[in-house]
Amino acid sequence: MDNQVFTLINIAVMTVVMWITPLQFVPFMIWLERKGSAIIQDRIGPNRAEIFGFRLFGMVHNFSDVVKLLNKENITPTHANRFFYTMAPFWSMTVSLLPLLIIPLAAPIDIFGHTVRFQAADFSVGILYILSITSMGVFAVILAGWASNNKFSLMGGIRSSAQMISYELSMGLAIVALLMVYQDAQVSSMVETQGRWLTVFGHELPLPNWGIFLQPVAFVLFLVASFAETNRNPFDLAEGESELVAGYHIEYSSVKFALFFMAEYSNMVVASFVIATLFLGGYQVPYFSTDVLAAHPQEVLIAVCILGFIKCILLGYLIGLKARQQETLFKKGVAKWEPFLFSGLFYGLAVVCLAGLFYAFNGSFAPWFGQVLTALLQMGCLLAKVLFFCWLFVWVRWTLPRFRYDQLMNLGWKMLLPLGLVNLLVTGVWLLISK
Amino acid sequence: MRVVDRAEPKGAQKFYLVAVVRGLIVTMGHVMKNVLNPKRMPVVFYPEQKKDLPPATRGRHRLMKREDGAPRCTACMLCATACPAECIHIKAEESPDPNIEKLPERFEIDMLRCVFCGFCVDACPLDAIRMDVPDVTIAGYTRESMVYTKEFLMNHNNEDVVADYNPPRPVILTHGPHARP
Repeated sequence: MDNQVFTLINIAVMTVVMWITPLQFVPFMIWLERKGSAIIQDRIGPNRAEIFGFRLFGMVHNFSDVVKLLNKENITPTHANRFFYTMAPFWSMTVSLLPLLIIPLAAPIDIFGHTVRFQAADFSVGILYILSITSMGVFAVILAGWASNNKFSLMGGIRSSAQMISYELSMGLAIVALLMVYQDAQVSSMVETQGRWLTVFGHELPLPNWGIFLQPVAFVLFLVASFAETNRNPFDLAEGESELVAGYHIEYSSVKFALFFMAEYSNMVVASFVIATLFLGGYQVPYFSTDVLAAHPQEVLIAVCILGFIKCILLGYLIGLKARQQETLFKKGVAKWEPFLFSGLFYGLAVVCLAGLFYAFNGSFAPWFGQVLTALLQMGCLLAKVLFFCWLFVWVRWTLPRFRYDQLMNLGWKMLLPLGLVNLLVTGVWLLISK
Repeated sequence: MRVVDRAEPKGAQKFYLVAVVRGLIVTMGHVMKNVLNPKRMPVVFYPEQKKDLPPATRGRHRLMKREDGAPRCTACMLCATACPAECIHIKAEESPDPNIEKLPERFEIDMLRCVFCGFCVDACPLDAIRMDVPDVTIAGYTRESMVYTKEFLMNHNNEDVVADYNPPRPVILTHGPHARP
């Protein structure tokens, strides 16, 4: 196959994958939010909806949500601006799906004479692309607020836009500090840089060269700003239920509301991906660079099997605890033994991992195997980081109360912005000294 | 306008970070507790498990019976008069017992209108109506099914039948909390 054709196919496939990834995360995030909030509040959470008796720990509620939202009446208010009113949810969803295109899932691998890249697009100005696309998300909020011809919508939209614009500054300053350190705006090379060791005045410290260690202040700024950008608690003033009913999407129903709802969650997923990529080394496995991993397939396979074994045993054990609780609850039907099934499934996977360990100690491996394994391990590593931040979004939401509007603006303009500027100054001085 | 001076955060508190982290630790503690020990969760699985309601619960109405099974009610209409929601509908008939003047031919309580104020219980001179059935999940699929008839209200085993009209309250029915008789 021609190399160019291969590259084109590669890009097309990765575009589709990165397009679908947040959509796949959305039902999981909704489930995580419901179950996480329940567990934080000492509740059980959703466990009633079922398909053929299978409840999947409340995951089935997502299906019923979809059915409910699709069956609802799709209302357009009489005096709404029909064009913008209809456009806003689509705009919101589209914008929330775009930024992932430049996130690398794993280091490129050479396989059968072709270079396979796990990144849809690799611009030299990649980071600016993220900033520009995410800042377009504010239009959806403003349009939805204005076009639905409702004062609460409008107030929610205005609050939200003011907040997003204010916090975009701190976000930008955090990224500028990061750019000064990495000396590059291309996302793939930023991630590669993070695979090295942290070097201070020529001394290598036993820490990976991650953005969180290089720029801790910028990390905090970026984290707070991304909470504000995604309109999440404690910055979800746009949807202050007690004040604005529901904020900018009061008038929306049916599929349009579903789009807003999904956009909120896919924004969170995208923000998690961006934070993980910029500050937590992206796909980099801590302490092991891509070359080292690719050169030692046997050790990597052993490590993967041991990690998988531990994880499966842990999950099986925790689900088993849950199963014993559920057993006392449901006296008959699938629900009685379903958690035991999943627990057993994970224990079975643990056994498979042990078998893989046996294979790893005895087998000999082709060079492509090590590369593919490295890519998979790096994807898993990125996934773990992303899942942590997804959980952080949920965790923070169910911990903190909402900020008051003046507190929000004070924090944005009087605290984060000066902090970002000081951070820039310190970073510049530091770079001058250390050169 | 009254202005309340509240303590504003000062210095490092303005970043809220320490407070945020402490809050996160609190919620994570709950997560760990509930994930590692789900059986100790302070929850009741409601439709499958039910809590016993306290003895003094003001629940659904019931019509008390005499020893021979006839209703204690004499259709004096005091409860219907006292009812602020006008949910009690009584139609009287002549009593076969010469000592008693009237009996309710129909005694219906529209549970969709009832506000559970208990005035009917207070108004009744014969203690013929009580609100002590510990049934708090009153629901139905049709409006008609929510109008409780005399037969339904009298369908209980008449615990606490007393000769005098000053029975000690509260009364707990022997049947289970939700077993409709």
